[in-house]
Amino acid sequence: MIRCQGLRSGYHGRPVLQGIDLEVAAGEMVGILGPNGAGKTTLLLTLSGVLSPGSGTVRLDGTDVAAMADRERARKVAAVPQRGESARELTVRSLVLMGRYPYLSFLGGYGPGDEAAAAAAMEAVGVADLAPRRLGELSGGEFQRVLTARALAQESDVLLLDEASASLDVARKIELYQLLAARNAAGTTILAALHDINLAALFCRRLVFLKGGRIEADGPTAAVFTQPTLSRIYETDIIVIPHPTTGLPQALAVPGPGPAPGPGPGCTGHGPGRSRQ
Amino acid sequence: MLRARHSRVRAAARTLPLLLAGLAALAAACLAGSYPAAATDVAAVVGRALGLDLPAPADAAVTAVVLDLRLLRALLAYGVGAALAVAGAVFQGVLRNPLADPFTLGVSGGAAFGAALSLSLSLAVFFGTALATPACALLGGGATLAAVLALSRLAGGLRRETVVLAGIVAATFLSALLSLVKALNEESVAGIVFWIMGGFQGRGRAELALFLPCLVLGLAAIWLYVRELDILLLGETQARQLGVAAGRARLVLLTAASLLTAAAVAVSGVIGFVGLIAPHACRRLYGGEHGTLLLQSALAGGALLVASDVLARTILPGGAELPVGVVTALCGGPFFCALLLTGRNGARP
Repeated sequence: MIRCQGLRSGYHGRPVLQGIDLEVAAGEMVGILGPNGAGKTTLLLTLSGVLSPGSGTVRLDGTDVAAMADRERARKVAAVPQRGESARELTVRSLVLMGRYPYLSFLGGYGPGDEAAAAAAMEAVGVADLAPRRLGELSGGEFQRVLTARALAQESDVLLLDEASASLDVARKIELYQLLAARNAAGTTILAALHDINLAALFCRRLVFLKGGRIEADGPTAAVFTQPTLSRIYETDIIVIPHPTTGLPQALAVPGPGPAPGPGPGCTGHGPGRSRQ
Repeated sequence: MLRARHSRVRAAARTLPLLLAGLAALAAACLAGSYPAAATDVAAVVGRALGLDLPAPADAAVTAVVLDLRLLRALLAYGVGAALAVAGAVFQGVLRNPLADPFTLGVSGGAAFGAALSLSLSLAVFFGTALATPACALLGGGATLAAVLALSRLAGGLRRETVVLAGIVAATFLSALLSLVKALNEESVAGIVFWIMGGFQGRGRAELALFLPCLVLGLAAIWLYVRELDILLLGETQARQLGVAAGRARLVLLTAASLLTAAAVAVSGVIGFVGLIAPHACRRLYGGEHGTLLLQSALAGGALLVASDVLARTILPGGAELPVGVVTALCGGPFFCALLLTGRNGARP
């Protein structure tokens, strides 16, 4: 489905990605993790064709993304941008309808089919009641969900999410990822960059860790979501415990020595993941 | 889908007052003036011009005054107002800058320089047509646009910062050139200043013939890219992720809006404020979707400029005229302030 080879990419001559080789099969749900500045956003922007690679290629179903027509690419890949820019005076409905732009003919307007797809997407994300509101009146979390609805309305094979859940409360996060998991089960390939590593461990079957523009670890969640890997990549002590009900791995950061508010002298248990100070 | 059609009907109903205001302004333009003409006679003249079978007024001069002087002038003012308002809305949208107006790219400076050259070299006499000056203004505006676009492309693509900066460079350079022309040719200074100040005095059929094709061409090109215009509001990243060829869309929109501006300046000088106030007022009252915003801005700009022109030519006693730009600013400013204040109190519909 997606194949990156020797991918280098960045902004105005400042390279960020330093040679990425990545292959994602159709129907996968991949979490892109890594510390700040690791290149997660750059990777997603390059996959969605916004940034052209400095060298290397991105292929979608065998076709070079750089050689695809803009609308054709947008029919295959939809993206929820991080900190997406807004326009106060547009309505939520108009914004979600824009997801249908790649399907318009040169002179055609949005038709009943497009309206229906937009309405279904808003319904799925739970923003249908926001439809007549202006974007300037939305909260950060509401706007993020509206952007997600627009990406769903694009009805693409691949969905890229860049911190799409960053401004959401815990219930909305779970709701959003359950929705994404359902889409994934229906065949959509999903790549999600996120800082919430536990959310990634709950919903993504494969994790790719970036650091310094390179892939540091890549594999099934159970294989890479481990104490040594996490502690090494984030350069802090992290212990991994199984989730009490699902058994999936979950990470807990361990505060270093110092005046941290703790539960008191009774708790001294440091996990075996405490490998470096 | 029903809701979509419903909202379209509602948008049309809310736009109707703008259309009626424009028609009222046009009617006032036909009625007002120093030559006495009864309302029934004016109605008969306009009705006959529209092909109705009505008796001609007893005074034949009424027909000439109403049709050739007042109506054509008012129609030109309506078209110029609509063009400036649409150009303003497009510039504000593409450059994502609420302070952008039709003159941001320096097109008006180029047009003014072209007109000044024509006036100081007496090209109208040389070519034997009064259209020499508007034609030079149009050429000057077009050349400026080409220079600004080329400059901003060289400086890093058609990004809004580079386009605005290139426009400022062009405007500054052209204003210096204009001063140079004035300094070298002192007897034409009054003519140049009067021309730039703008207005519709003595304008009519010839100017309309020059202006209309540009208006139609510019509006058609903008209409082709109206959906892209909405998406461009969200910036380059989202535009590209939605499949918009952002560079081409911006190029077409900026060129078309500049054509409207150059044509408006060529036939009526530099009339400020319409391109700023009409789109902003409509955006606050009706919302920012360009499919409706451009239409509403055009209707509002047309009505505003015709009404301002009627005031400009009737408010002073003895047949003297005010520059219409003075009237648009004097009337528009307070209205705009009121709109800003009501918006701040959350009284937006």
